[in-house]
Amino acid sequence: MTHPEPPAALAARDLVKRFRTGEGPVEVLRGVSFDLAPGRSMALTGESGSGKSTLLHICAGLEPADGGAVLVAGQDIAALPEAARAALRRGTLGLVFQQFNLIPSLDVARNLAFQARLAGRHDPAQVAELAARLGIADLTARYPEELSGGQQQRVAIGRCLAARPAVVLADEPTGNLDEATGDRVLDLLLEACRDAGAALLLVTHSPRLAARCDARLHLHAGLVAPA
Amino acid sequence: MTRAALSALLSHWRRHPLQLAMLLAGLALATALWSGVQALNAEARASYDRAGAFLAEADLARLEAPAGLIDQADYIALRRAGWQVSPVLEGRVDLGASRVTLLGVEPMTAPPGAVAADLTGADPVAFMSAPGQGFAAPETIRAVGDAPFELIEAPEVPVGQVLVDIGLAQALLGLEGQVGRLVLLPNQPLGLPPLNEIAPHLQRVDPETETDLAALTDSFHLNLTAFGLLAFAVGLFIVHAAVGLAFEQRRGVFRTMRALGLPLGRLMALLAAEMLIMGLLAGTVGLVLGYLVAGVLLPDVAATLRGLYGAPVSGTLQFRPAWAAAGLAMALAGVLVAGGQGLWQLARLPVLAPARPRAWARASGRGMRVQGVAATGLALLAGALVVIGDGLIAGFVLLAALLLAAALFVPLVLAAICALGERWARGPVAQWFWADGRQNLPRLSLALMALMLALAANIGVGTMVSSFRTTFVGWLDQRLVAEFYVTARTEAEAEALRAALAPRTDAVLPVWFAEATIAGLPARLYGTADHATFRDHWPLIAEAPGAWDRLAAGEGVMINEQLARAADLWPGDTVDLPGAGRLAVAGVYSDYGNPRAQVMLGIDAFLAAFPQAPRLSHAVRMDAAEVPALMADLQDDLGLPHTLMSDQAQAKAVSLQIFERTFVVTGALNILTLSVAALALFASLVTLSGMRLAQLAPLWALGLTRRRLAALDLARGMVLAGLTAVLALPVGLMLAQVLLAVINVQAFGWRLPMQVFPADWARLGAWALLAALVACALPALRLARSAPADLIRVFAHER
Repeated sequence: MTHPEPPAALAARDLVKRFRTGEGPVEVLRGVSFDLAPGRSMALTGESGSGKSTLLHICAGLEPADGGAVLVAGQDIAALPEAARAALRRGTLGLVFQQFNLIPSLDVARNLAFQARLAGRHDPAQVAELAARLGIADLTARYPEELSGGQQQRVAIGRCLAARPAVVLADEPTGNLDEATGDRVLDLLLEACRDAGAALLLVTHSPRLAARCDARLHLHAGLVAPA
Repeated sequence: MTRAALSALLSHWRRHPLQLAMLLAGLALATALWSGVQALNAEARASYDRAGAFLAEADLARLEAPAGLIDQADYIALRRAGWQVSPVLEGRVDLGASRVTLLGVEPMTAPPGAVAADLTGADPVAFMSAPGQGFAAPETIRAVGDAPFELIEAPEVPVGQVLVDIGLAQALLGLEGQVGRLVLLPNQPLGLPPLNEIAPHLQRVDPETETDLAALTDSFHLNLTAFGLLAFAVGLFIVHAAVGLAFEQRRGVFRTMRALGLPLGRLMALLAAEMLIMGLLAGTVGLVLGYLVAGVLLPDVAATLRGLYGAPVSGTLQFRPAWAAAGLAMALAGVLVAGGQGLWQLARLPVLAPARPRAWARASGRGMRVQGVAATGLALLAGALVVIGDGLIAGFVLLAALLLAAALFVPLVLAAICALGERWARGPVAQWFWADGRQNLPRLSLALMALMLALAANIGVGTMVSSFRTTFVGWLDQRLVAEFYVTARTEAEAEALRAALAPRTDAVLPVWFAEATIAGLPARLYGTADHATFRDHWPLIAEAPGAWDRLAAGEGVMINEQLARAADLWPGDTVDLPGAGRLAVAGVYSDYGNPRAQVMLGIDAFLAAFPQAPRLSHAVRMDAAEVPALMADLQDDLGLPHTLMSDQAQAKAVSLQIFERTFVVTGALNILTLSVAALALFASLVTLSGMRLAQLAPLWALGLTRRRLAALDLARGMVLAGLTAVLALPVGLMLAQVLLAVINVQAFGWRLPMQVFPADWARLGAWALLAALVACALPALRLARSAPADLIRVFAHER
């Protein structure tokens, strides 16, 4: 007896994205497709300007594609109204930005819990455990501006994981960390996603980190290319 | 190097045109309100000088009949005796389409050097012969239209007055054979018979005993200046906010330029030059606007000064270079004050200081402590001045300290409220809402302080005016109880008048008075009949037991509040009266709108002390419905001109009209100041909204819709503005108390009871919220409609 394939947590179908510039339209993505199953991780690599961040933003529903579709748990996000896309980002997706984008007016504890509380999945014990594993348990009373770049990045990762999203979209999450800390944080990210059955799409320039993911998607001139 | 650096600095404004517009608008408005008020003051003072020079009376003594008119026979007798006197007759009359003051002079005897003498001396024959000529300001001629004699343009003549031959004035006023006063010319011949032999009933009034018009109106102008200064300060808040923000935003540029080799001194000089250029630009626009504001307000100011003080002020604005220079200087000083802090910080900034805008929350924590100390110090100063302050200047310092302390406390109180809100909030968005409000307070605090100042000024001045109006209307009802007021021209006519009135009225009360110096002040003394009209209605603010009985028995006097406060005389004290001896002060009555000291004596004591006092004026109690018929009969039977009669309604209407016009200017300045404050809030929110995308984009990415974020932003602005309005209420009431109990007492000599008008506050609060809604709506709308691409850019810039 065969079981039907579960729908991919995140899938892209022939994604096209164009930008207008002074010299005419530029096609950043030219038919990108992939499937990412729950509990699996995929590294997204490519040179600067190859369209990695654009692809990530389209997957997060932050930016519309000009062609193709992004499916989250089988649902085409382009077909959703803005409020539903916002709800998707609150409850299903987790974003880690390269520049952290913490909320400067809230202390670390409230930043960590923020998205989980938005999603209605706040578990103080889990947040405390996450903070301890990320090495920021003693920083919870501080404000973002009082933290180093590495500390802020760990808070941003903690904020994402605390919400237990089904899909994690991480844009160079260890770019601001030293190698040893970066490795520890990536371990945590991979482990947390695996344990929760979450799909992880990880943008990175590092072949070493990319190699630790289950799959790799290399972009070149807007197309999927061999790494 | 300089050119490249200047170009880099100015490029900031090219990229932030709205911020530039707000800076220039703030400075232009501040300059406009300040210079507008100064233009009004300058015009009024020039008019006083012109009026003083018109008849050259300011330095000359004159002869007056204490109660009014002088018989022309006295004038002839004096001239025949060799006295160099010139007659003047002044009176209000309807001429053409306007009511004007006729100024009748005698050209052959007018004081040499007076403007009136120069005008009438050119062609005295045409001036004196029928149908006559009149000289008037162009605006008066326009207002009059067709006149029964030729009107000649003479800008030297105070507006609202028409200079005519005294014979023509007598005919038009119905006062044939009468003159108002006799001006004593300088250089009288030697060996003249004494004045009291020829005209013993005339009184010599020396120029120095007259209250100087400029001194009399000083309080009014000081009030206007204080309001102008407040408006300027509120405008400066906008400039300070915009300049401060521009310094913050350009810290990276400063660092880069200095790292590339631009000397610090050159950079500071360039920034100072940039501010200077802006000051000149905005100052010029402000002057033009100020001129327009003054032009609009001048007719009301002129009417107020004419009504309150009899000061002839032109209704047309002249351009004065000194005024323009002063206005520009204020604009430049304002922009330098606003930018001084930024320059000072720049001078102390290390070359490689972080380019990132200052950590506002942390910096403001330190700044707020300093602010708290300054606010407390100012509050203590205000408290000390309440106890030991004396004089008008101390009153205004108290006012400034109070307002500034309150303004400085505003961000501290709002931060505390936001912190409480954050602590009590349940959900994450609510927590963020309060925390975000607190974090952005430093950027909004100047605008909120400006709003608080404008609202407090509105509440304070509004409460003062409304209290004044209520008190004044009640006071008029008490003072103007008689149904009819009439003045005869001569004693014989007065006798006939009393006889005619007696059978047709309930009571004919004397309004007889004499001038004297009381407690060193020029004062008017009235003889008062013992009648229920006074006992039941007179507005006493302090009285000894049996006050009216003592007055009637000639054992005590009533004095007005002005005299009581100026000489510190209250019931229980005694006062020396010339001819009547030392009498007890039996009561003190309110006497609004009168700048002079006044005393009421019992009629018998008055007549004993002043047997020569004319007995011409009367207040008549009667059926009000009978007044028109009585007036017509008196006109027919006794030939009394209508100018010498008035009914109660007319007298009240005139008084109320003067009152209402007095505060038209205050009301207009109030509204303008509130508009400037709303603009300050708008400017701050608009500039802030550009910087807030970076704060809001992550929330959007985390799942809050743009519409919800915009609604939260709008709500945040409204909550802060609403809280500011609530804080402004107690400050405004304190301001009203200072105005009523300190400034008015010092400036005008009377104190008013404060009354509260909650409906006015509710209306003002609604206006403030509406202004805040308008100010917050555009940034919120921009956020709600922002393209995802704008928000994405926050993340894209990470690359």
